[in-house]
Amino acid sequence: MKTMLLATGVAAAVFAGCAAMNDDAAYRREAAEVVKRDFHARGIATMDRLNQDELQRVCTEYDDNPPADLAKKLEAQQFAAIKLPADGKFMGDWKAGAKLAESGRGMTWSDKKGAAGGSCYNCHQLAPQQTAFGTVGPSLTGFGKKRGFSTENQQYAYMRIYNSKAFAVCSAMPRFGHSGTLDEQQIKDLTAYLMDPNSPVNK
Amino acid sequence: MQKSFRAALATCCAVAAATLAHAQTDPTTEDFEKFRAVMEDANPAELWEVKGEQLWKTRRGPKNASLEQCDLGLGPGVVKGAYVQLPRYFADVGTVMDAERRIVHCMVTLQGFSFEEIAKRPFSSGNYTPDPVSIVTFVAAQSRDMKIAVPQSHPKERATWELGKAIFHYRAGPWDFSCATCHGEDGKRIRTQNLPNFTKHDQAPRSFIGWPGYRMTGGVMHSLQWRMNDCFRQQRFPEPGYASDTITALLTYMGVNSNGFVYKGPGIKR
Ligand code: HEC
Ligand code: HEC
Repeated sequence: MKTMLLATGVAAAVFAGCAAMNDDAAYRREAAEVVKRDFHARGIATMDRLNQDELQRVCTEYDDNPPADLAKKLEAQQFAAIKLPADGKFMGDWKAGAKLAESGRGMTWSDKKGAAGGSCYNCHQLAPQQTAFGTVGPSLTGFGKKRGFSTENQQYAYMRIYNSKAFAVCSAMPRFGHSGTLDEQQIKDLTAYLMDPNSPVNK
Repeated sequence: MQKSFRAALATCCAVAAATLAHAQTDPTTEDFEKFRAVMEDANPAELWEVKGEQLWKTRRGPKNASLEQCDLGLGPGVVKGAYVQLPRYFADVGTVMDAERRIVHCMVTLQGFSFEEIAKRPFSSGNYTPDPVSIVTFVAAQSRDMKIAVPQSHPKERATWELGKAIFHYRAGPWDFSCATCHGEDGKRIRTQNLPNFTKHDQAPRSFIGWPGYRMTGGVMHSLQWRMNDCFRQQRFPEPGYASDTITALLTYMGVNSNGFVYKGPGIKR
């Protein structure tokens, strides 16, 4: 009797869990419908931005913690879609990169098309003398010096900026290359900001 | 009254500017708190409270009516304590409404104003303050020092909280952001601005306390409708409709998460 009660209790709990999961899915669907009904395009911020791609849908569904196999699959897809520079060079001008790292502009309805920075300081510490930095991402101070100034590490930095989701599927970091926010030269300049031995990041 | 207030404001700002200039590491957090403490004696929001009260009591609009018959949830004309219990379900419209949305609803139904006209310029800038912003400041002030108690007894109120939670976590746009990307973890900063984690009971009140708020940047009065709009801009989304279901759902989600804390009235925001 006791075990039966217990079993029913467990079944009920499992059932309640399932019901909650179904509810969550229903509310997620409703959320997508409601925002599409309530929003309007403004400036460069068009309505198609509300459509989730597969990665955004999965990260929303799993609260940024998808099962490992699904995460691996998506990371591999993102990785494969990264366009490396045609000339095989990853490094640009670190001074231009510094400006891009400082700029928080880009992609909002109050920005012009193409006028975008990287918002790096919004989330990362970089050059030690810049004390106004965010902490959403890890500190990147001394990034090149600590890792070594190798070509592999330049490539890693380039790819990270191009598409961080290739390395951490539900990363908070935007996919700057993939989303068309930054072009090849800008990503090279930022790579140099992280990887050039003369950059203040590595001083 | 205006004059002595302005004098007080000038003194406060001088003190605050000096304090802010002093800051070495994080010029916004600690020193902003000092600024807020100084300002508490002469809260600029009071100007808008007074203006909002006039607007509430004056016969206006095509129907030449005041808002004194407006039902903010506690019965027609009851303003005291209404704000800390909003958003809530309203049987007359069959839906959940937040404070400003309900006020606009009353301006439309009782006074005959056009929603479209109000929604054309709903946010403060320069010397311009939209009427609903002043009125919501007045209404909010009548809940000063009361406990936040956003109701969840009606099924639609619970469903609105769930919807708000889902919108809060909805990742999309060119930068893959959701509200939770910036407000879903403890102790994070964007540049120097501390980001409250609105999914947590202890931090959620920052979405309620101090709003509507006099904003140091720009020197204007802003309500939560504006805050939601500007965060969606930072999220790189298109623009949400003013007083829309999306905003009500988010305010319900964060409001309920703030329940039990004491609301201190219209405040000051960075
Ligand atoms: C919205 C916040 C955000 C922005 C903006 C951002 N990042 Fe990141 N970044 C992160 C987070 C979080 C991580 C940690 C790993 C992860 O989850 O992807 C990260 C990781 C990284 C890494 C990998 C660090 C390592 O140790 O491997 C690099 C390199 C990097 N970011 C560079 C940049 C650059 C350059 C910019 C500006 C173009 C930038 N980030 C903008 C949030 C951000
Ligand atoms: C890109 C980062 C970012 C995103 C995405 C974002 N916010 Fe914000 N939010 C901020 C910043 C920065 C502030 C200003 C904090 C300050 O002034 O101290 C802020 C402030 C707020 C405040 C006021 C807090 C206070 O202390 O008064 C609320 C409420 C809020 N956000 C809610 C939201 C909601 C809801 C969403 C989703 C629609 C959202 N935010 C999306 C960055 C963001």
